Amino acid sequence: MAKKKPIKDAAESGVTRRGFLGSVGAGAAAVAAGVSTRAEAIPEITDPEEMVQIALTVNGRLHRLLVEPRWTLLFVLRERLGITGTKAGCERGECGSCSVLIDDLPRYACLTLALEAEGTEITTIEGLLDGEELGDVQRAFAEHDAFQCGYCTPGQIVAAEGLLRANPAPTDHEIRHGMSGNLCRCGTYQHIVNAVTHAADGRRKGGGS
Amino acid sequence: MLPKFSYARPDTLRAALALLDERNARIHGGGTDLLGCLRDRVFAADTVVSLGAIAELRGVAATADGGLRLGAMTPIVEIADSGLVAERYGALADAARVVASPQLRNQGTIAGNLCQKPRCWYYRGDFHCLRKGGELCYAYDGENRFHCIFGGDMCYIVHPSDTAPALAALGAVCRVTGPSATRSVPVAALHVPPSVDPHRETVLETDEVITDIILPAPPAGLRSSYRKVRARASWDFALAGVALALVFDGDVVTSARVFLSGAAPIPWRAAGVEAAVTGRKLDPEIIAAAAGASVAGAEPLAGNNYKIELFKGLVAEQLEAMAQS
Repeated sequence: MAKKKPIKDAAESGVTRRGFLGSVGAGAAAVAAGVSTRAEAIPEITDPEEMVQIALTVNGRLHRLLVEPRWTLLFVLRERLGITGTKAGCERGECGSCSVLIDDLPRYACLTLALEAEGTEITTIEGLLDGEELGDVQRAFAEHDAFQCGYCTPGQIVAAEGLLRANPAPTDHEIRHGMSGNLCRCGTYQHIVNAVTHAADGRRKGGGS
Repeated sequence: MLPKFSYARPDTLRAALALLDERNARIHGGGTDLLGCLRDRVFAADTVVSLGAIAELRGVAATADGGLRLGAMTPIVEIADSGLVAERYGALADAARVVASPQLRNQGTIAGNLCQKPRCWYYRGDFHCLRKGGELCYAYDGENRFHCIFGGDMCYIVHPSDTAPALAALGAVCRVTGPSATRSVPVAALHVPPSVDPHRETVLETDEVITDIILPAPPAGLRSSYRKVRARASWDFALAGVALALVFDGDVVTSARVFLSGAAPIPWRAAGVEAAVTGRKLDPEIIAAAAGASVAGAEPLAGNNYKIELFKGLVAEQLEAMAQS
């Protein structure tokens, strides 16, 4: 377990946290942490250079790893866990190619710190397979030509999965609204709507996962 | 890769407030605007203080006096989907449903939506503009088709929030906690125009936290709505938007609160519209007068004169819809 350093109230002591720790060392910090009456007022903080151990549940598997505070979930999925189905596009929450499900809701992994995702259920495109076969939404995208270059497709499929989990019988308008956080530069939007409609129909008839 | 910062995720408000004492600490609500700003170097943060583990800051619940309490950390989606919100505060439901995209509504919070940074492309881009501590506003003589027609003064942004005008029209109040005191700030008084201070968007100090947003009990006869016009209907910021909260006695409007989005650096109170409809029936002449009043005194820039007709049409359309509802 990486250490999380307690801090002393900088305003009260008249020194900065870093200066305080640097001048008196970790021993004093441990003493501060041991003062039980003050324990609630002494929050933990992770320094920028510090790696902190977290546990992420991705597609049902628990991964323990060390992360920096600034690492996004997107970076961790792709560059630390090797789960590369989730794509890096704009990296500013505009294109949707990094969409993952967090506790069943589609979110942008590029705008989510890995530290913020601890304790949640993360689902990526890889988690939507049905065994070794394509999942129902993936199959629907293939059958309806709902992509050309395919770069946005994992994010589109994850967004569609999130939509169908929240709303199993979306109208055409609800599909367009629900998929509006994902851009397709090839412009296959109508085919995407067809695919999501088909996947929803299939699920209601009991053919889906 | 984001710049480096310290990070803390306290589980009590008291601990969060202690951490906000740190030099250049920034609050992480949903994180969507914070991470975007850090990545684009709009500002730096030495310490990021996440409020995500403070359970008491989240949720939508009726208050004892018939109003509604929105926890500051409530995701926008929960407000968009709330039956309580839809039933009593149509303008807020309308606004929450058109915020950003599904992914951002799932992550972004209601208080974060009120406190978001402007979307001016000079402010977000590689320009040391006035709002970022520089010498001048590049939009004034530059590309300004998405900028303000009211309230510009050295800086010509529009405030990007949809929920702020709706909450302001509905008379909502933020409860704010700082290191030594708790105070109430009406949403209508939360934002700071550039004429007062072009370097801040809200009256909040850096060590203050919005904990709740309280909606008063809806008066009998209240009808409210929010509508925004976008260049791209599926997902965009407002070119022009209007939040209406009118109280009717029969066909007659007895009181009105009207706020515009996409118009000014803050949610813009359209006092002229309020005056034009108060004490009146919403017949075509009154609606036409109110629509004209919505842009009286506007000072469009070189690229955004189109907003004049857009606001007039939008206000007329929304008043007509309300008269028929």
